[in-house]
Amino acid sequence: MSIPTEASVRDEVRAWLVENWSPELGLAEWRRRLIESGWGCPSWPTAWFGRGLPPALAAAAEDEMRLAGAVGVAQFGVRMLVAATLLEHGTDEQKRRLLPRLLTGEDTWCQLFSEPGSGSDLAGVSTRAAEDAEGWTVTGQKVWTTSAQHAHYGILLARTDWDLPKHRGLSFFVLPMHQAGVEVRPLRQMNGYSSFNEVFISGAHIGREGLVGKLGEGWKVALTTLAHERRLADSMRNWGRLQLGAGRIYEELKTEHAAVMEPYKWYAQRAGRADLLIERAQRSGRIEDAVVRQDIARALMIERASEWTAARARGARANGQPPGPEGSLGKLAASNVARAAARAHASISGAESMLAGEDGPEQGLIAEILVSVPACSIAGGTDEIQRNIIAERVLGLPREPGGDAEMPFRDVRRNSSGSR
Amino acid sequence: MQFAFTEEQHQYRDIVARFCREQSPSTRVRAQMASEAGFDRELWKQLCGDLGMSGVHVPEALGGHGYGAVELGIASEEMGRVNFCGPYFSSCVLASYALLNGATPRQQAEWLPQLCSGAVIASLALAETGGSWHPGTVTATAVERDGHWRIDGIKSYVLDGHVADLFIVAARRPGSQGLEGLSLFAVPATARGLSAHPLKTIDTTRRLSRVEFNGVQASLLGEAETAAAGLLRTLDQATIALASEMVGGAQALLDSTVAYAKLRVQFGRVIGSFQAIKHRLADLLLELEFARSAAYRACELAAEDPLPLREAAAMAKALASDAFMLAAREAVQLHGGIGFTWEHDTHLYFKRAQGSSVLLGSAAEHRDRYVLSLAARAAGDRL
Repeated sequence: MSIPTEASVRDEVRAWLVENWSPELGLAEWRRRLIESGWGCPSWPTAWFGRGLPPALAAAAEDEMRLAGAVGVAQFGVRMLVAATLLEHGTDEQKRRLLPRLLTGEDTWCQLFSEPGSGSDLAGVSTRAAEDAEGWTVTGQKVWTTSAQHAHYGILLARTDWDLPKHRGLSFFVLPMHQAGVEVRPLRQMNGYSSFNEVFISGAHIGREGLVGKLGEGWKVALTTLAHERRLADSMRNWGRLQLGAGRIYEELKTEHAAVMEPYKWYAQRAGRADLLIERAQRSGRIEDAVVRQDIARALMIERASEWTAARARGARANGQPPGPEGSLGKLAASNVARAAARAHASISGAESMLAGEDGPEQGLIAEILVSVPACSIAGGTDEIQRNIIAERVLGLPREPGGDAEMPFRDVRRNSSGSR
Repeated sequence: MQFAFTEEQHQYRDIVARFCREQSPSTRVRAQMASEAGFDRELWKQLCGDLGMSGVHVPEALGGHGYGAVELGIASEEMGRVNFCGPYFSSCVLASYALLNGATPRQQAEWLPQLCSGAVIASLALAETGGSWHPGTVTATAVERDGHWRIDGIKSYVLDGHVADLFIVAARRPGSQGLEGLSLFAVPATARGLSAHPLKTIDTTRRLSRVEFNGVQASLLGEAETAAAGLLRTLDQATIALASEMVGGAQALLDSTVAYAKLRVQFGRVIGSFQAIKHRLADLLLELEFARSAAYRACELAAEDPLPLREAAAMAKALASDAFMLAAREAVQLHGGIGFTWEHDTHLYFKRAQGSSVLLGSAAEHRDRYVLSLAARAAGDRL
């Protein structure tokens, strides 16, 4: 067999699509074909639903799919980070059993990591998985779980040994969500939306086949998931762009997409909507106020500087230069931009910024910005954790000595259970 | 390539950085600070001669190196890093740009090679006692009689006015207002009726003078009463170079403070391991990188049309002013008592930051310019 080139890959995909693609197929049926062919995940290993192609060739294959209007495998939500974790740490049986229905979208997944007592300090989770004859019995509480209400499976970080230090007593599981002992309750946020859930686990069962990686090596497995979580945050920006055509499959895709996007509909407001500032200030006449102009400038300047800082990181990468500090600042930068934009919106609106809904400026959009922005500096790693990372990895400052890293977890001081 | 330096530009930075590090250690900066001239003529000769840093952005035909604003930004940043003393910003940046943007080709050919060689130190006399660099605020007057121009007025905040050989002076037709009626003139420092008075400055690495003109004979540069656009462009381009210099100074402060935080032990651990310190330094790094991105991008845009140029310059200066001042405050604070001593170098940068933060306009003024320009463009787009 000859070595694939971009031209040969494109030819092969086109030929395969002529034989197989039709917008009148059912979504799951089409995706099953796609997964069998390996063109659904062309960069994955050939043994596991892929083609083993390097990134550039995989991108060419995906490009041909796009040109043909063909629908891809399901990749919304936490699916792709579950998949990456299973590919790296799962058994063959797990990959065979779990990955196909994950890729068709028939199974949905959620991530059971954070707990009320364990947020930034994720390795301090205290959900208990007690071994028994058939597997494990799980008891504990998880939180901030997007899409848990309709998920079939959850990836679960739980403690299996209380006598070891915190990082070493953890194991990583796949928890079947549809069972007695798993109760999902929506959590209402300060902005009124319910994008997340609390998951109460009391005596839920996991069979032997549910352990991912070795017993006690759950932290290592979780790190793989977390590494892909950052990439997920980047790719989320593309989720909003849906390529639709005419046919049964697109109708099903639209329904799937609407369900997936439901928890994220306020995310644009969370980022502060700096894009609206100038236009709003002009329309309201507040642009005449020099104090308002200062607030607008502060927001727009750091928004643009933040974009340019990201562009510098990309430019350095493209030139084959090592990334400087500019690559690690994005998350903290985004928090600063969101806060400055919210402040400028309030400054433009003045007294009106007390009003919400149809009484508020922009039919309530500004109120939604003001009460959504605080999420920005918490979700996906708080500003404080980001500052630690920047100080340690970029500036080379030493870690804060932790008091709990070496002692048995049973003796570590913790939040009292159930408290938040 | 945008947002990234070429291999050549990296090499240029290495050369300039090495020169600055080797020839301008803080001992030498302190000696220059204490001197009457405020700079070392030998060092100045080196900079203008072998290195040709003086004309980095000036076309080769006019005695320069023929590089662009990006290389000028690199040179400025590296000089800022060591608090370089000398009339670089006054003569090579402000005055050179004023000539490039406002003088006739013949006048450029007369003056720029001398500025590039260092034989003549020039300075732009624009701001007055009101402390604004906006050309519209100029009150000095210029009157032509019998083919001779004469200038009356008082200029202030004139950079290196105590050592300048040549002043580039902005003055207006009596009775004109705003950006109308402005002309640019060349006046030798020896002209009759001209007197320069050095001002006491917080930052003694950058000197300022008040320069009085009493019926001083002057040579018109460019065409009469058309100087405004060239002056605005000059200010924007010089603002970008100044912002680059400030980024270099802020980086030097961050570096020294981080190094100190890794060494200084209190309560049995280095202070850099306390989150109270780490978080402040992380925030400082973020502000500095914002300022750096703005300055680098502005250098790339320095040849652009007036509005994008003005916005890029305003943003670069506002962010650099805030970042440099934050770096200066944090450097003093995190060094503790030693940071407040004369012996420690932090105060050299603190004073440079204090001065630079308002030179060519404060951060607040530049924020205002920025938004007004964006708003004007948005309104234009909607028409």
